[in-house]
Amino acid sequence: MWSVLRSLWLVLLHMFQPRFTVQYPDEKPYLAPRYRGRIILSRDPDGEERCVACYLCAVACPVDCISLQATEDPHGRRYPEWFRINFSRCIFCGLCEEACPTYAIQLTPDIEMGEYNRQNLVYEKENLLINGPGKYPDYNFWRVAGVKIKDKDKGEAEREANPTDLHTLLP
Amino acid sequence: MNPVLLKLIVLIGILLVVLTLASGLIWLERRLLALWQDRYGPNRVGPFGLLQVLADMIKIFFKEDWIPPFVDKWVFVIAPSIIMITVLLTFAVIPFTPTIQIADTNIALLFFLGMSSLGVYSVVLAGWASNNKYALLGGIRAASQMLSYEVFMGISMMGTVMLAGTFSLRGIVEAQRHMWFVVPQFLGFVLFFIAGIAETRRLPFDLPEAESELVAGFHSEYSGMKFGMFFVGEYLGVILISVLMSVLFFGGWLGPVLPPIVWIVLKTMFFICFFILLRAAMPRPRFDQLMSWGWKWMLPLSLANLAVTGAIVLAMRR
Repeated sequence: MWSVLRSLWLVLLHMFQPRFTVQYPDEKPYLAPRYRGRIILSRDPDGEERCVACYLCAVACPVDCISLQATEDPHGRRYPEWFRINFSRCIFCGLCEEACPTYAIQLTPDIEMGEYNRQNLVYEKENLLINGPGKYPDYNFWRVAGVKIKDKDKGEAEREANPTDLHTLLP
Repeated sequence: MNPVLLKLIVLIGILLVVLTLASGLIWLERRLLALWQDRYGPNRVGPFGLLQVLADMIKIFFKEDWIPPFVDKWVFVIAPSIIMITVLLTFAVIPFTPTIQIADTNIALLFFLGMSSLGVYSVVLAGWASNNKYALLGGIRAASQMLSYEVFMGISMMGTVMLAGTFSLRGIVEAQRHMWFVVPQFLGFVLFFIAGIAETRRLPFDLPEAESELVAGFHSEYSGMKFGMFFVGEYLGVILISVLMSVLFFGGWLGPVLPPIVWIVLKTMFFICFFILLRAAMPRPRFDQLMSWGWKWMLPLSLANLAVTGAIVLAMRR
């Protein structure tokens, strides 16, 4: 009987406690910077596309929502001709971001992607590409990896370091 | 004014107010539960979410009123109306204020007991006619719970009857001019309150419904407005028990300064909020615990209360 009265009293005291509810459309909840939300394609600090169209994200994707087509520019660099993410399938697991060797594909703290038309959930490259470097402002893949041009292999130019031994990067 | 016309106005007024209040309780309950659980509850439709009730009503009217093919059709249809009818009929004998009362009979309390006994049929028949084992289990639970708690509900209020010397609710209120009956009849009040919770099948005694074990108990098969009638019937029952508690033990409309109608509404609202607080705080007991409390504790206690009150009243008369 005492415990009944005590729990009644304790529940009554909750009247004076702050409420946990975040009234969503009026006040936005805090989303951490590394929240896994809408997927974007970022650019390197020079303003070039980071994506090298290696297909690793499409392979890693457990629901196969990423599709792209690789092509090469006149310098022999690979880039995606088109890049398409079907967000009606995407489960925002972040495996594509982990797979990406160039930090091109990133997940952002944006969750407001509701659409009335299912077709609008298919994002094309121009919808995905942003103008900034995203979470890694200083990273430039080609400067780390080196680049092979016509008569010069990686690391053969003056004052150019040898390319990274890829096997040292293995986990 | 013509007395018949006046009675008619009072009657329709009580009906409208009580029904509106009963559906308004849906909003109140959700808001209060939310308040005690550190949430907001419905606050989007209209000011403070007050129009949520209206939205719910519109929704429930437009829902499909599905009668499953395997049910006993006539009983299935009649069952939800029984609870509404019995509870609403009981409001006829409740004295809200000296002027607002439909029928001042000298057997008002017995009428209430009879009507609440009839109300059991609603739940039992609903459970039986649904032809569904969970509904049937709910109906069986309702029958045994309400019958056994009704026994000491009747006995627990006999103390007030003895002190007032009448079954008329108006007489009982008038007898509390000097002292509310909750003081000499505190045990009776507690017992009546517990029985009242069981009688309205409110938490923690909502074993006939018991969502976690019996789907929705006796109204598992109900939908649309028939389900809504069970719900409104339950809230009407809450209002009824709250009004009765304030009338029997807390002096009804009696109170200083404020007009009688304000006092009865204040007291009733207090008990309604307490009902909701109970729902927010209490876990549901096991069914055998419920039964053994009823028969092993509540009944002997109310009998003892009856005997002691009777002895004291008799000694005072000498």
